[in-house]
Amino acid sequence: MLAMAIIAIYHKKLIVAVIATGALGLFASILYLLLAAPDVAMTEAAIGSGLSTIIFFYVLNRIRTDGEEKETGA
Amino acid sequence: MKKLFILIIIVALGSILYPLVNSFDGNSELPALAQYYAQQENITRVNSPNLVTAIVVTYRGLDTMGEVTILFLTAAIIAFFLKEGGAKRTLRLNSEIFKTSAQLLVPIIVMLGIYIFINGHLSPGGGFQGGAVIASAVILMLLASPNTELNHKFFESLESTSGLVFVGLAALGALLGLGYLDNAILPLGEYGKLFSAGAIPVIYSFVGLKVGAELSNILNKFQSVQSDK
Repeated sequence: MLAMAIIAIYHKKLIVAVIATGALGLFASILYLLLAAPDVAMTEAAIGSGLSTIIFFYVLNRIRTDGEEKETGA
Repeated sequence: MKKLFILIIIVALGSILYPLVNSFDGNSELPALAQYYAQQENITRVNSPNLVTAIVVTYRGLDTMGEVTILFLTAAIIAFFLKEGGAKRTLRLNSEIFKTSAQLLVPIIVMLGIYIFINGHLSPGGGFQGGAVIASAVILMLLASPNTELNHKFFESLESTSGLVFVGLAALGALLGLGYLDNAILPLGEYGKLFSAGAIPVIYSFVGLKVGAELSNILNKFQSVQSDK
């Protein structure tokens, strides 16, 4: 989990960082499960590692295409 | 210089927070508030095996309503700002394996989500979790076949109806003199059965539908503003 957090912060490629964030959420949900909080674990697994990763990807894709547009325009 | 400054701040924060970590030894017994919720009298009153759900929907129902309102606002703001570009995207076709497995999995995931929020008062889970699971099924469908158009009317009306029913059921408790968001407006039923715990499963099912519809809408908006220029 710690390794995932460090990768998420320091990795040069944003895609790898996003995936690391998702994996971090997954490990966090396992941690919640071990701490006897299955309700929170479910939420974390579905939202933290599922939906937010996908939203990050969408935003990343959008930003990247915009940036390339600017480069070709200039 | 700057790095030294950052290092000093980190060390200072660490030394402030260290006593908190060091002196943490967990609770040997429940704190006063939790003790109030967990007493036998209250458990028999709400008649729900999953006490977390009982607290979230009944005692702290107002907080849940606030959360639902925040989610609704988020969805509304995202829908306001992300206007559809209208540009047709030419997409690389997905692999056959992915498409087929998505078709196979989507109904199962939706069913799991519905199971989670219907059984919210019996087993871990509830409206938010179930809604998020349904939304993840919707996003899987959108990823597998990006050209599917979601029926906006359906999702919007589902969302509004669920919100109205939630608020209506909450207000009904007050009207009947039992208290706002009281779950005893419906018969409490037998402990541990599907139709028990009064209004909790009903309220949570509608919360689940609402959350699922909202998250699906948000994801669909993000999907629809993608361009491949």
